Parts: sequence; C-alpha cells; structure tokens
Amino acid sequence: MTERRFGPLAVVALPYAWLALFFLVPFLIVLKISFAETAIGIPPYTPLITPDLHLDLHAANYEFLTSDALYAFAYGNSVKFALICTFLALLLGYPMAYGIVRAPERWRGFLLMLVILPFWTSFLIRVYAWMGILSDNGLINQALIGLGLVSAPVKLLNNAFSVGLGMVYSYLPFMVLPLYAALEKLDPTLLEAAADLGCRPWRAFVRVTLPLSLPGIIAGSLLVFIPMCGEFVIPELLGGPGTLMIGKVLWDEFFSNHDWPVAASVAVAMLALLAIPIAMVRRLLQVDLP
Amino acid sequence: MSEAAPHLLIEALVKRFAPGQAAAVDGVSLAIEKGEFFALLGPSGCGKTTLLRMLAGFEVPDEGRVLIDGADMARVPPYARPTNMMFQSYALFPHLTVERNVGFGLRQDGVAKEEIGRRVASMLDLVKLGRHAARKPHQLSGGERQRVALARALIKEPKLLLLDEPLTALDRKLREDTRGELVRIQRSVGITFLMVTHDQEEAMSMATRIAVMSQGKIAQMGPPASVYESPANRFVAGFLGSVNLLEGRVKGAEGGTVLIESPEAGGVLTTLSSSDTIPGREVWVAVRPEKITLSREESAATPNRFAGRVRASAYRGEVSTLEIALASGKTMRVLLPNSARESGTGFSYDEPVWLSFPPQAGVVLTQ
Repeated sequence: MTERRFGPLAVVALPYAWLALFFLVPFLIVLKISFAETAIGIPPYTPLITPDLHLDLHAANYEFLTSDALYAFAYGNSVKFALICTFLALLLGYPMAYGIVRAPERWRGFLLMLVILPFWTSFLIRVYAWMGILSDNGLINQALIGLGLVSAPVKLLNNAFSVGLGMVYSYLPFMVLPLYAALEKLDPTLLEAAADLGCRPWRAFVRVTLPLSLPGIIAGSLLVFIPMCGEFVIPELLGGPGTLMIGKVLWDEFFSNHDWPVAASVAVAMLALLAIPIAMVRRLLQVDLP
Repeated sequence: MSEAAPHLLIEALVKRFAPGQAAAVDGVSLAIEKGEFFALLGPSGCGKTTLLRMLAGFEVPDEGRVLIDGADMARVPPYARPTNMMFQSYALFPHLTVERNVGFGLRQDGVAKEEIGRRVASMLDLVKLGRHAARKPHQLSGGERQRVALARALIKEPKLLLLDEPLTALDRKLREDTRGELVRIQRSVGITFLMVTHDQEEAMSMATRIAVMSQGKIAQMGPPASVYESPANRFVAGFLGSVNLLEGRVKGAEGGTVLIESPEAGGVLTTLSSSDTIPGREVWVAVRPEKITLSREESAATPNRFAGRVRASAYRGEVSTLEIALASGKTMRVLLPNSARESGTGFSYDEPVWLSFPPQAGVVLTQ
C-alpha cells in the first residue's frame, strides 16, 4: 500500500519542495544575514553562530532602520507610488480587459496578443525607450517645440510623472490578464437577467459585473502592487531625486555600501510590511486567489 | 379574465440575423389574453426563442410590432418593459443569496426595504423555498434553482412572464412533477405565462393554448387537444406526438365520408369528410398510433382494416409500441396499453395481424 500512497504525495510535495528550496531557504539566509554585523571579508558579515557555539544575534540593523528617516521615507514613497500606480493600472486595465472580452471572438486572440506583445522585448530596453521618448530632446519635446506649442522643453523625465508612467506601462499586462480571465467567465445572460429585472446598463455593471469580477480585480492588483513596491529599475532609470524608493535603497546598501546586514534587514522589513497586510486583506475578503 | 384589447398583441413580427439569410422569425402574429398559459412549441432553430427574446427586448425586430395592453414596445428597453423572463440557464446571480436574488428586481425599483422583505418571504413560500433564503445558488439543487428563477421573475408581478424552456434543465422525474407545480403557481398569481419549449408533452400538459412553430412561422395555433386531434399539416401531426402518414388520392365522397385510394395502405381508406377533398387530389391520412386496434381475426366493424405482420415490439411499461409492416412495405406504429399484467401485448414477431381504425381516427392532410 505504501507505494500506492507515494504518487499523490509526491505530486503535493513537489510544489512545496520547490517553494522550500527557492523561496524559504533564500529567505532564511537573508533573515540570517539581517541579524549579523558587517565585517571586512568574504562574506562581508559576522557568522550567526560563533565558533564557541554562541548564538550571536544583532538587532542593531533593525534599530538602525528606525533611526534613519530615509528608510521610512523610502518605504512610504514606495507604497504610495505602488498604490497610485496600481489604481491607475486598474482604471486603465479594466476597460481594456472588458473590451477584449466583448470584442468579436475572432478578434480576441489578436487583442490578447497585443497585450502580451511587449514581453517579447526586454523590459530594460522598453524602459530605456521611455527615456528616449520623455527626455528634454526626446520625441515628445521635439514634437511640442516643432509645433510651436512650447518654447523650452517640458520636464517629463526624472520625476514622479515618468516613474508613474513607466510603472503603469510596465505592469499593465499583469493587471489586464487576470481581469480578462475573470470577465471572460462572466455569463452574459446574467447581464440580460439584470436588465430584465430593471437595471440600466450602468447599474447592471455595478451590481453584477463588478462584484463578479472582484477576484480578478484583487488578483490583478496584488500582482501589480507587490512588484511595484520593490521596483528598482524604473525609479533608477526614469526617476529623480524626488522619487527615492525602497528598491533603490536596497540596491545601494548592497552594492554601494556593501552593508549586507542592513540591506538584508531592509528586505525582511519590506516583506513583513507587505505580506502581513496582504494576508489580512485576503482573510477579510475570503476570495480565492491564484 | 379577457379584456377588449388583447393583453399581448404581436403583429407580423420579422427578425433577420443577417441580410439575405432566412428570417429567424418570419411574420408571426399572435394575440394572447390576460391569464393565459400560452406555449410556443417547435424544434430547435424554429425561431421560438428569438420571438421570446424580442418580447423581452433583447432583440430588436426588423419588422412588425409588439403591443402589451395596447402600448407599443418598440422603443422600450428591456429594463423598462412590463415583462420578466425566466431564463433557460436560470441566470441566477452567483454572488447573491436566494433572498437577494429574488428581491433583486424590487431593489432596482427602489421599493422600501420592509416591503421587499415581506414580498420576498411570501414569494419564497409560494415556491416552497422559505428554508433556503440565506443560501447561495451553488448550494441548491437543480429543482431549487429553477424555483428561485421563477420566484425572481414573478416578484415584480409582470404583465407577461416569459419562460424559456423552464423545465429542460431538470431530470425527467422532476420535470413531470414540476409541470403541475408551475400550472398551480400560474393559477394562483394570475399572471399571463408565455412559455417556449421543444417538448410537446410539456406544452400540451401545461398550456391552455399552444402555437406550433416551424421555420420562423406559426404552423398551427389552438388548444392542445384540437391541435393534436386535428393537425393542420404533416409537420404539426408529426411534431406533436407520433403519427402514421398514409399517402393516397381522393377517390370520392360517400354520405359524410371521404374515400381515399392508398396503395401504401393496400386499399381504400375511409375518413370523415373535410372541406378540401377534391377528387383526384393528393392527400395524406394521419392516424395516431393509439387509435389503431390490432386483432388476429379480421373484424367487420370498420371499413379501414389492413393485414400486416409484426416487425418489432418495444415494451415501455404502461404501453407497448409495435411496428407492423403492411403488404406495401409501409411500417405502421401501433400503441397498445399493457392492461393485463403478465402477458404484455401477446403478439409475437412475424405474427400476421389485422390493423383497423374507425373513419373518425384518420385526419386528411393536404400539405
């Protein structure tokens, strides 16, 4: 009987083993480093367990995070940017997904491909392309000056606008696809039933379409919000002094300051700050997320 | 119950889904009185559902008019029509409880909360679902879902309730029980029901009047018994129950009866006279399987008697269906009640038998 039980067990165990190996173990390593102290050497931090088998925990890194306002500011900025950009992506992505679902069947595959198409080019190159479009002598400013609408270039790059634009642009497909999946499942007869029972189209949308697409809204928003919070490349390339985000701080701690323990504690703190509220939201809404 | 103007009047309604294509609904005219239980009956693709959807406002007719209590519905959108629909798939809102589903229409109309609660409760009592008010649709059985759909469509007390194949999604036993239930509810609320179905038994057992549709047109309309007993043409005769059609030519009339020479039957058929039986005309005589008698000896009681052999016999519980081959090769269906318990019909394979039916059993059809 034992070999019969082994098959199903292996199927269940595989994803857990995968998560343990590639998520839990690296995370534990980062957690470990966050409790160490900086040291000159390789690796550049003190061991957690001293040679005489004493546990050597240093909470100083976490204390340091609270002492310097820069970290709190960068966290707040990241969450603020991510929230606004997630909302904008939802505002833009919902009508897109709705339009694709409602399009004639022969168009749907093509429209979905257009959503996925940007992935065929490297993310980095697409962000660089935005620099070319937005810079002082970029496409937009040249056009505006050429048309005589402005005399001096408009500042479009290295500010909140360019970071927001880059983030919404980059993450939009991750919003559109779960929304499409949710809306596609929606039975159009339900909207006919709503109309039959006295709903004008807008009310039918609010009373039927919106609540039934809620799982898609939540999935898409989380899928966009979480990586936006830790985004490094977009604020680095399109941002300026006013758009400091935690991903950038993390990068600097690791690669400029070589302070691995502080960088690790930044990463752990960010995870805790994001994972705990998201788990709470999930519990609160009691919806099935992918 | 009836008023001066018909409750629902449909005038020459036409719907084409693509130009140049055959019309899905092709010039249908109907008048339905208040309180009727009317059934639109037809095979799939005959246009009956399209007609229903035009009444609900989901499809826009290309020609013709729909009037409810004299008011033209042409520019009235679905949400403002005095009709409600019970969908074939029920279309219950999966995110709302039974109570919320049933009260949905009243909430849209801004009815006071207490009144909604009261009316939902009495409607749930009517469909015997009071205990399940707090459940979600996915927690209900098929029959319960069907009753929620009915309650939701009835609660706004529409002038006309449209039912799209209301029983098709149920299994056979439940379907038969629900027929009587639906008729009981219709009588108690007094709302005019217009039902679409492809099931002739369903239409005949529930409706006060039926219209048989074929290729976008109404083939025949009337009370179930009159449509069944006096079908207008071969399509109606064949669609409503099963029928034996014997091809022949009118030979002449003889004192209230018509004689039809039918090589297929192997002789002359005698039927009651009808108006369009000009001698020489090609006609079909329709005989219902249950109106034919089988015997081992030739009986002189009726002029319509033909010899044949038993080709097949199917035991169906309350009845048996036999197939009898006539000398011409034509196969006749005969329905015999299994009134005796042990013997079945008593006829065995290849046994020579006599078929007979009285003159009034045959219906002369000219098309």
